[in-house]
Parts: sequence; structure tokens; C-alpha cells
Amino acid sequence: MNPQLLQLICFYAFGFVTAAAALSVITLKNSVHAVLALVLTFFSAACLWLLLEAEFLALALIVVYVGAVMVLFLFVVMMLDIDQEKLREGFVKFLPVGLIVAAVMLVEMLGLIGVRAMQAKVMGADPALAAGMSNNTEWLGHALYTKFLLPFEIAALILTVGIVAAVALTLRERRDARYESASQQVKVNPRDRVRIVKMAAVRPDEPTAPQEPQP
Amino acid sequence: MPTLNDILILLPEFYLVGAACVLLLADAFMRPAQRPWLHWISIAVLLVAIYLVIAGQPPQAVTAFGGMFVRDDVAEILKVFALGTTAMVFVYARPYLIDRKLVSGEFYTLMIFAVLGIMLLVSAGNLVTVYLGLELLSLSSYALVALNRDAKLPPEAAIKYFVLGALASGMLLYGMSMVYGASGMGGTPTLDLAQLHNVMSYTTAPTLLLFGLVFMVVGVGFKLGAAPFHMWIPDVYQGAPTPVTTFIASGSKLAAFGMAYRLLDAGMGDLSQHWQLMLAVLAVVSLAIGNLVAIVQTNLKRMLAYSTISHMGYLLLGLSAAGPEGYAAAMFYAICYALMGVAAFGVMLALTRAGFECEEIADLKGLNQKSPWMAFLMLLAMFSLAGVPPLFGFWAKVLVLEAAIHANMLWLAIVGIVFAIIGLYYYLYVVKVMYFDEPVAGSELRVQPDKPLRMVLSLNALSLLVLGLYWGPLLGWCRRAFGL
Repeated sequence: MNPQLLQLICFYAFGFVTAAAALSVITLKNSVHAVLALVLTFFSAACLWLLLEAEFLALALIVVYVGAVMVLFLFVVMMLDIDQEKLREGFVKFLPVGLIVAAVMLVEMLGLIGVRAMQAKVMGADPALAAGMSNNTEWLGHALYTKFLLPFEIAALILTVGIVAAVALTLRERRDARYESASQQVKVNPRDRVRIVKMAAVRPDEPTAPQEPQP
Repeated sequence: MPTLNDILILLPEFYLVGAACVLLLADAFMRPAQRPWLHWISIAVLLVAIYLVIAGQPPQAVTAFGGMFVRDDVAEILKVFALGTTAMVFVYARPYLIDRKLVSGEFYTLMIFAVLGIMLLVSAGNLVTVYLGLELLSLSSYALVALNRDAKLPPEAAIKYFVLGALASGMLLYGMSMVYGASGMGGTPTLDLAQLHNVMSYTTAPTLLLFGLVFMVVGVGFKLGAAPFHMWIPDVYQGAPTPVTTFIASGSKLAAFGMAYRLLDAGMGDLSQHWQLMLAVLAVVSLAIGNLVAIVQTNLKRMLAYSTISHMGYLLLGLSAAGPEGYAAAMFYAICYALMGVAAFGVMLALTRAGFECEEIADLKGLNQKSPWMAFLMLLAMFSLAGVPPLFGFWAKVLVLEAAIHANMLWLAIVGIVFAIIGLYYYLYVVKVMYFDEPVAGSELRVQPDKPLRMVLSLNALSLLVLGLYWGPLLGWCRRAFGL
């Protein structure tokens, strides 16, 4: 079999799975299933990257997103208790129309782009080989710290903003909330809290219980 | 490899990053009694940044980091005004933040990061820098909108802003990836805007390039808040704390103009006959929706939100002329709108205090009897927004209309004039409420006693009058930036 044809078939297969899984993320009723579909989306996207010989990116996507982020997501979703049915009511009603529109747009775009794209060759030259480096990871590291140094630093700033925003939006001192101070709790002396008082079984000044009325 | 020269070109940006980090640390280590100092330090930080931008201005356009960053006159002017209006927002915000117990280092830090995003965006020389600058600005804005978490509207506004903003970023990225792909067909793929400029001449996939262009125009339209991508504007303007609304109405608009100019002219200049018509359609729809819906608004913030949409229509009018004259007019318009927006929201901030939010148009009833000076400042802002001569807003409108006529789009200019007249109604209605309505019995309309606010606000509103009379130097500056 022609290797280029195989590559093309793989590309379309992975692309189809990615798109189908992404669609099911937003259509599945069970949110745990939706998260699992998202995992599939990421995985298929990683396969597409492998096809492009971007091994490092593909593995990073699987390790970081599928391995860490999505598992965390799954835990959160399992802990939430949301009435999904109500959220979906409007969505299902408009789904057919939306699907038709999306399908028509897809066919149009494929028709316009796909036909011309066929003429060009499937894959561009590997930038790593063009730059005289042995593998993709090496090239990526090199490009990140030379050509793309400024965007790399801006991305770091965006992460900083993310942290600052998260802290600013969630860390609040609430007046109505109750806090425990561990150090003060430890310092407490039992004698400050509990006072042992000796007292009579019945208070002398209290009147005795009213008598039962005699029959 | 980056050299010392690269770093010197980016000195104002590097300085702001450092200053923002120092502010963040200072906030953590300051005693509560020292917190008010943060306010003055932040304003000083912005003023020093303005000085660095002006003092380091290169004689001609230079690029740094291999074309990632462009420092030319267009970027310099936009940066100076973005920093300046943000400093004004800080001054106006102080009483509001104190009254609502929102004074925190995070507000100032996030604002400075947002301004940094603007500075990187308007200087972008590469699709990656455009996107990252935009995200830095947007993420800071989302957080700022939600900052007053305990109130009812802000979280809702922030979620809407975030979801629609993410959608627009997706569109933009989609368009960028198509353009990147098209540039790789028949040549080496590139993200550099200067190299993308002549992709049309060699690419074997011109349709793909046009598709990418459409998606990028959608992204730009969303950021400008042009109809039909305007849905977020009224809710965000109304829901956000007023100082943040002021920022979104001023600095963000300058950034949106800068982004549109970089993407469409620097990157896609060869395709101008294609995007010219797209922008013209956006302009007409924005003018119609903005002006017509603003008429029925009773909330002043919402009314100003719809007025923003119509003003973005005028800005697009200038951009769609697709030539240096049109760009100069559009930039002049963006600067003018930023100053007018800050003034109008500034008056609202001056009338807002603890337990009383000046938001409804009816809240301004009889303002002239309570405070003639505040009413006069609002009058200047409203007349300028409406485009009444001889105020600043009038000349800005004249220039974009002139640019449209010179670009053989007479019909567009006529539409612009018709809607300018329709728009007069709702601006004049505010003036009528202030001057001719009796104050509501028991109305607690009072002006904030904050001296810096009153002083800067007066200067800001009077500048609309002064710049309306002496608009030559600023226009000359804008025109020189585009080589006219």
C-alpha cells in the first residue's frame, strides 16, 4: 500500500474520531461520559500530532491533559450533583436545526478547501530536519528559547494572571464564616473552659414539684 | 538569540512586568494602614511607563525578537493613550473602591497586566504575539469584571464575557491556523505578519486564506464589540464594577483598533478588497443596532454600552476605507472615543457612593441644581459622544466620514450621517434630564468629595472641548504615524 495513502486514511480516521468525540462531549447526557469523551478527543488529537511527527507534543498532551487534568476533572464531575436534564432541555430542542446548519457549513468548507488541498502534498517538511536537528523535541526546545522566546514569556505572564485572578476571586475573608485558630486551640487550659461546681441535687429555694391532683 | 537591543526596545513592557510583580509583593507585605499607598504607587507606575514609551521612541519603526514585536509610531500613540486613560481610571476608581471595600493589590495588578496586554497587542508583529497579547488582556478583564463577587450582577457578567470571549478566541485561532496553512501551500509556512502580507500572491490555496480571513474578522469584530458580535457588551458594561467598565470602554477599544490594524493591514493588506466589504457590513449593522437600541434604554450604563456599539461602527467606517487616511481617521476616532468614554463613566463614578449606585438615567434628574459643574462636564461628554460641533467627537466623526467618501463609499458615509442624527436623541435626552427635570424629592444625588477625582475629571471633560478646538496637532500625529 502506498504509505502516503495510508497516512491520509489515518489522518481522516483520527480527524473523524476527534470531531465525533468532541461532539459527544457536548451532547452526552451523563457528565462522566462527557468527560470520558473529552479524553478520547485529546487522545485522537495526540494521534494526529504523532502523524505529523510531533512526538513530544503528542506525549505531553496525553501525559498532562489525559493523565492529570482530565482525571481531576472526572473527580470534580463525580462530586458535583447537577440536574443535567433541565440544562439540556433547550439544547435538545434546537439540536436538529443546529446540526443541519453545521452539516451544511461543513460540506461547503470541505468542498471548497478539500478539493484544492488534495493537490498539495499531504505533509510539510519536518522543521526539525530542515533545521539540521535529529528530532522534534530538540527542535521544539531550541525554537521555544530562541525564535519564540517572547511569546513563551508572555504565556508565563498569562499563567501569572491566572493565579492572581484565581486568588483574588476565591480567597475572601467572610464575616459570616467561622474559622478555627489551631494555635489558640492548643493553648487552651482546661480550667478556663470547664468549671466544676459542687451543688445540691435539688435547689433549696426552688418550690417542690406540683402535686398530682388526687382522684 | 535576543540581544540587549531587543530588550531596550521592549523596555516599557519589561518595566511594567517588573512593576506589576513588585506591586503584588508589596500588597502581600503591606500593613492594612499602608494599603492606600498602593493607589498612588500604581498611578506613578503608569506615568513612568508613559515616560519610557515617549522617551524611548525610535526614529523609525524597529522590530525586536525576530519580528515578534514591532515598535512604530502607531503603537507608541496607542500605548500612550492606553496608559493615560488607565491612569485616569485609577484616579476615578478610588472612592468607588473604598466605598465598596474592593481596594486590593489584585485590582491594580490585574489592571496593569491588562494594560501590558494592550501594549503587546498593539505592537504585535506575529500571529502568536497577537493572540497572546489578546489573551493577557482578556483574562485580566474577565477577572476584573468578577472582582466584586458578592454582588449579584458581576459574576453573571463575567461568565458571559468569559464564554463569549473564549468562543471569539477560538474563531480567531481557527482563522489564524487557516492563514498559516495557506501560507504553507506554495511557500514556507509563516506566522509573521510582515511575511503574511504577500501570501495571496503565491499561495496555491487562496480560498483557504479567505476562509481564515473571515474568521479573523469575526474575532476582531468581537473584540471591537461590533454588531452582530456585540451580545456581551450591554451585560458586561452593566454588570462590571463601574471602574472596570470604564477601562473596557477606553483602553480595550484602543487595543481592539490596534489589533484590527495589525491583523488586517499589516497581515492581510493584500486582501483589502475582500475585507473592506466585510467591515462595511459590520459598520452598518453596528450603527443601526447600536443607535436604535440605545434609544429605549433606561439604564445609563446599558445606554452607553449600545452607544459604544454605534461608535465602533464609525471606527469600522474608517478602517474599511483601507488606506492610510482611513487608518489615521480610525485611530483618531479610537483615541477620541477612549477620552469621551472615560469622561462619561467618570461622571457616573463621581456621583456614585456607598449605598448609592448612579446607574439609571433617572438618577441624574435635576443634576444641574445640585451640582452645575458636574452637569456641565456630563453635558460636554454627551455632546461630544453625539458629535456636536465644536467638540472633539464632531471632528472624529467628520474625519471617518471623509475617509469613507474618499474611498468611494459614499453610501456608507450617508448611513453614518443618518445614524448620527438618530443617535442625537438619546444623548440629548440625558442632557434634558439633567437640566430641565426637577430633582426627585428625597434624592440623595451628591458629588464625591474626592479632590483628585474632581480635578482630573474636569480636565478630562474640558480636554474634549479643547481638543475640539485644537485638534490639529493630535490629528497630525495620527497621520504621520501612517506616513501621511
